[in-house]
Amino acid sequence: MNPFSSGTRLRDMIRAIRACKTAAEERAVVRKECASIRAAISENDQDYRHRNLAKLMFIHMLGYPTHFGQMECLKLIASPGFPEKRIGYLGLMLLLDERQEVLMLVTNSIKQDLNHTNQYIVGLALCALGNICSAEMARDLAPEVERLLQFRDPNIRKKAALCTIRIIRKVPDLAENFINPAAALLKEKHHGVLLTGVQLCADLSKVSTEALEYFKKKSIDGLVRFLKDLANSPYAPEYDISGITDPFLHIRLLRLLRVLGQGDADASDTMNDILAQVATKTESNKNAGNAILYECVATIMSIEDNGGLRVLAVNILGRFLSSRDNNIRYVALNMLMKAIALDSQAVQRHRVTILDCVKDSDASIRKRALELVYLLVNENNVKSLTKELIDYLEVSDPEFKGDLTAKICSIVEKFSPEKIWYIDQMLKVLSEAGNYVKDDVWHALIVVITNAPNLHGYSVRSLYKAVQTAGEQETLVRVAVWCIGEYGELLVSNAGMLDIEDPVTVTEADTVDVVETAIGRHASDLTTRAMCLIALLKLSSRFPSCSKRINDIVHHHKGSLELELQQRAIEFNSIIEKHEKIRSSLVERMPVLDEATFSGRRAGSVPAAVSTSQGPLPKIPNGIAKPTSAPLVDLLDLSSDDVPAPGLSGGDFLQDLLGVDVSPVSSQGTNPTQKSGTDVLLDLLSIGTPPAPSSSSPLDMLSSSQDNKSPVDLLGNLASPSPSEKPSSTAGISSMIDLLDDFGTSPSVPVAETNGPTYPAIVAFESNSLKVTFNFAKEPGSPQATLIEAQFMNKSPNIYTNFIFQAAVPKFLQLHLDPASSNTLPASGNGSITQKLQISNSQHGKKSLVMRVRINYKVNDKDVTEEGQINNFPRELLSSGP
Amino acid sequence: MGIRFVLMVNKQGQTRLAQYYEYLTLEERRALEGEIVRKCLARNEQQCSFVEHRNYKVVYRRYASLFFLVGVDNEENELAILEFIHLLVETMDRHFGNVCELDIMFHLEKAHFMLEEMVMNGCIVETSKSNILSPIQLMDKAS
Repeated sequence: MNPFSSGTRLRDMIRAIRACKTAAEERAVVRKECASIRAAISENDQDYRHRNLAKLMFIHMLGYPTHFGQMECLKLIASPGFPEKRIGYLGLMLLLDERQEVLMLVTNSIKQDLNHTNQYIVGLALCALGNICSAEMARDLAPEVERLLQFRDPNIRKKAALCTIRIIRKVPDLAENFINPAAALLKEKHHGVLLTGVQLCADLSKVSTEALEYFKKKSIDGLVRFLKDLANSPYAPEYDISGITDPFLHIRLLRLLRVLGQGDADASDTMNDILAQVATKTESNKNAGNAILYECVATIMSIEDNGGLRVLAVNILGRFLSSRDNNIRYVALNMLMKAIALDSQAVQRHRVTILDCVKDSDASIRKRALELVYLLVNENNVKSLTKELIDYLEVSDPEFKGDLTAKICSIVEKFSPEKIWYIDQMLKVLSEAGNYVKDDVWHALIVVITNAPNLHGYSVRSLYKAVQTAGEQETLVRVAVWCIGEYGELLVSNAGMLDIEDPVTVTEADTVDVVETAIGRHASDLTTRAMCLIALLKLSSRFPSCSKRINDIVHHHKGSLELELQQRAIEFNSIIEKHEKIRSSLVERMPVLDEATFSGRRAGSVPAAVSTSQGPLPKIPNGIAKPTSAPLVDLLDLSSDDVPAPGLSGGDFLQDLLGVDVSPVSSQGTNPTQKSGTDVLLDLLSIGTPPAPSSSSPLDMLSSSQDNKSPVDLLGNLASPSPSEKPSSTAGISSMIDLLDDFGTSPSVPVAETNGPTYPAIVAFESNSLKVTFNFAKEPGSPQATLIEAQFMNKSPNIYTNFIFQAAVPKFLQLHLDPASSNTLPASGNGSITQKLQISNSQHGKKSLVMRVRINYKVNDKDVTEEGQINNFPRELLSSGP
Repeated sequence: MGIRFVLMVNKQGQTRLAQYYEYLTLEERRALEGEIVRKCLARNEQQCSFVEHRNYKVVYRRYASLFFLVGVDNEENELAILEFIHLLVETMDRHFGNVCELDIMFHLEKAHFMLEEMVMNGCIVETSKSNILSPIQLMDKAS
């Protein structure tokens, strides 16, 4: 005999493994054993096959690979003796699964064993089949199993019933063959057969409506009677569990009744009495009784409504909820989640108890209770519930804070009655658990703040106070830094004080302190620091007294090892030092962020845009391009030192740059094309107010700047009025060209017919597939009426047909739509559709224009709908003229 | 389909018996067992016997140095599973006489046979202890 295959006894191997002190030792022992088992297998060693497989099962349990033993199982199964078969089948169930090809080889052995004269061998084969059978095996062996459902020994019948469940799950078509034999099992006396028979009927009802109808018709009365007998049965020692006869069977019966009663008033009616009896008579001082009550409640909740029973069920849950046993409380919370859909009033009554459960020391109970509270919140109780939850946030376990924070934020966003409350609650959450808050949540907070102009001051002051005490919460710091950058002056001036506020005295230096602390904190990550730099740039313009200090801080970061920070610092430093004149207009406040765009993006697949590369500049609402700070500053850096001619303001300089992109300009000063182009850029740069139209002609401006900036060839190139030269610009300024190219289209369609004042065009809507531009005009003498020319561009490579544009406006506006120029939109921007709209504003001068749009079209025969809201209409439309 | 797995684990978190009623790879099993055992063993006596993990609900109960853990799906009656664990332990007690970790280790196949008589394909087959044990006793007598 091979020295390796002599092997050790099973017992010795287990001892050796137990004696191992380290995982490495254990691995060594297992490796050695596996080697000897492999050797035995390759020698086809008959004597130890049984023992080797037992060892393999142990090794498998420890989590080592044992696939090489699979064939041994098949050999053992094929051997004649019971003990060999027994271990072979066990190995089959443990070491193999239904996905393996090897399994097909065993079908024949199982078939023979199913027909064996020894009932224990039949039992083994049934058990294995029930655990691992595949769809093919199910088809092959279903007739054998069907026959065994009527076998003389109940122990075989019960196994055949469970085996049938596996078969009909694998091959639902076979279900109808089993309906009659399954119904027959319900008449048995043997508990094991009943237990499995009831389960089989429930499963058959799920896969086959025919079976469901059959059992409803034929079996409900019998089942009800049977449950009654069981509930009233005298003491049965073999099945008794703490005074109740076979609770498992109780539960199975209740479950089948649930399946049969669902959506069937008659069937539900038949079982009302017995359910009421079980619900009232079952002992509830032991776990077994409670398990039955729990199941009974579930059944009452699922079957057709019967007022009295439901009350009974909710009362049971109420009793469960106040139990001292945590298991009972857990299941009560679990079931109340289902009950809330049926009777939320009844569940609301337990609100206080449920809230207590959120604060339980047991994580499982807390989790269930939190889910439940989340469902309980409505407009009426949101304030009190949120307060409770936020209070608890302070003392909760760290591992629970993540879940809790997410739920609170979701509740606050969903039910917030007013903005100030929303802001207050979010600040509390951020101060308490800011490090657990997800990005989209604090992004949403910023969007809400920008949309509440009367709360800007309040928000920034509250954030300032919060950050003093909770400066370690990253997301709080981010929101605070962003707001300080935008609204820092409101912090110092205490502008827009609300009555509820305590006045604070904050100096400009204090404000800069906050940002400096944040940028200097070791824990601050790249995003936070990048946001800090932007805030500093903005503050440098708003607080001239701190400009020097800010420049020092920015300067310090020029040496940052993070590329993003270094780049920002260098660019901002250059703006502060060299571009005094344009700085203030560069760092104007952000325009109001569009809530619809944000929530749309949040819901859509596009990830939130505020990543490190984009820094804290969320996408500008009108959706033109995606300006990061970098290209803008590149653009400025290019111009280097003294480029702007002495007479040109910063705004004019930009105008100058843009003027290039606009097709050859006439030398009249009031060129509408040029004007609109500028505004788009200004908008893009988030510079709120457009500069007054330049009095000099653009050509003059260009030539004068050309004179002065001989060192900068690039700009000279650009500044050339001939568009044909544009492509010759080098790659170094490609980002700028890209930026400018975007505008090429919109200003090219001036609304030129009218002689009245001109208005900047806007990109009203833009998605990945579509771009809508609006050009505006007004009839002289009727300021309340606005003429809009909408132009649609297809950005995708597919042609759009059946193109329909729809718009809706609030009551104070009246809208008239002219027919569109076409209903087919060529692909890739090769042409456009135009459509004229007229809006008259009954609140002219008070309310600005706003519009919802929906665009339908077919692409590749599929209907597409896009929707959006436009509220970036130029402000000039509101007044009589620009 | 009710029961998804049955685990027996000692105080140190070593698996002593594992039976799955659905297919998981070896790596998935090891990871799952590790995570669940860590979660359950960290809990104290007063806390409830249910732990949610991934898409499983784990019902567990401790008997001396041995933990019995049963993974079920969301539809299962947790209290009934708790009762089932107790029945399993009583059955093993009747056979081994006050079952302990070593009984299960050294008679792994017998423990599996008992479990096999009680659970098939994730459903409970039999709840009578004598019915469960009779085939095993017969086999013992034969050998």
